[in-house]
Amino acid sequence: MNTNMKRRLFLKASLAAGTVGMAVGAGLLTPRTVLAAWNEAAFKADTLAAALKEGMGSDAATDSAEVTLEVPPNPENGAVVPVAVSTTLSGVQSIGILVEKNPSPLCGVFTLGKRMKPQVSIRVKVSESADIIAVVKAGDKLYSARTPVKVTIGGCG
Amino acid sequence: MASKSIKLKAKAENGETTVKALIKHPMETGRRKDKESGKLVPSQYIQEVSCSYQGEAVMTAEWGPTIAKNPFLSFTFTGGAAGEEIEMSWKDNTGDSDSASAIIT
Repeated sequence: MNTNMKRRLFLKASLAAGTVGMAVGAGLLTPRTVLAAWNEAAFKADTLAAALKEGMGSDAATDSAEVTLEVPPNPENGAVVPVAVSTTLSGVQSIGILVEKNPSPLCGVFTLGKRMKPQVSIRVKVSESADIIAVVKAGDKLYSARTPVKVTIGGCG
Repeated sequence: MASKSIKLKAKAENGETTVKALIKHPMETGRRKDKESGKLVPSQYIQEVSCSYQGEAVMTAEWGPTIAKNPFLSFTFTGGAAGEEIEMSWKDNTGDSDSASAIIT
């Protein structure tokens, strides 16, 4: 990285920091949410079980018909695969999305505020044809649903 | 607060508010090689996203590099009415961040 790039990054970062700083000042974001430690162990985990254990607190997930996972079966381009997760379970604490054969299976964990309905849509990358797994944490237990997808172009190259 | 990277929309209907956000971000995994130089493109991906309504966290998410480029996110929460405001912010692994607000329609 040359000096110019560094300077640009620095400028960008300080500008952005200013915006967040304003938000913090206005009491919109508590410093805790802004500085909360990112769960590195979960996102660096290279097996499904480890990613689940680190990311959701347990690697024992029960298959449940109450968890709905919608993905197109043949998205072709693995770089952008739309995923929608919803559930009829109550007391949902968080929703995790994992892709079985990705170098790091965990894509994201969504923690629900008390107002949020247990449904979320996002787009993920899929490196090769594999199962996409939705994991819902409700009452400290994990419930999951999985759907295989077939991609022609991997999305993690 | 205008934001360069977040397009945020929220619509209230039947006592629920649906939030849709499009975040402009490269989401580099750190595994991709630059076609010209053959060097690995350094990782740059969003790690944390949060959305709040009236100062209350509605949703917080932790993301890894396998969320697709220019992430599109949609979810629903109960409550919210037209004219009220929601906020969204993100932070990536390089320390970059942004936030935006939108008026519920």
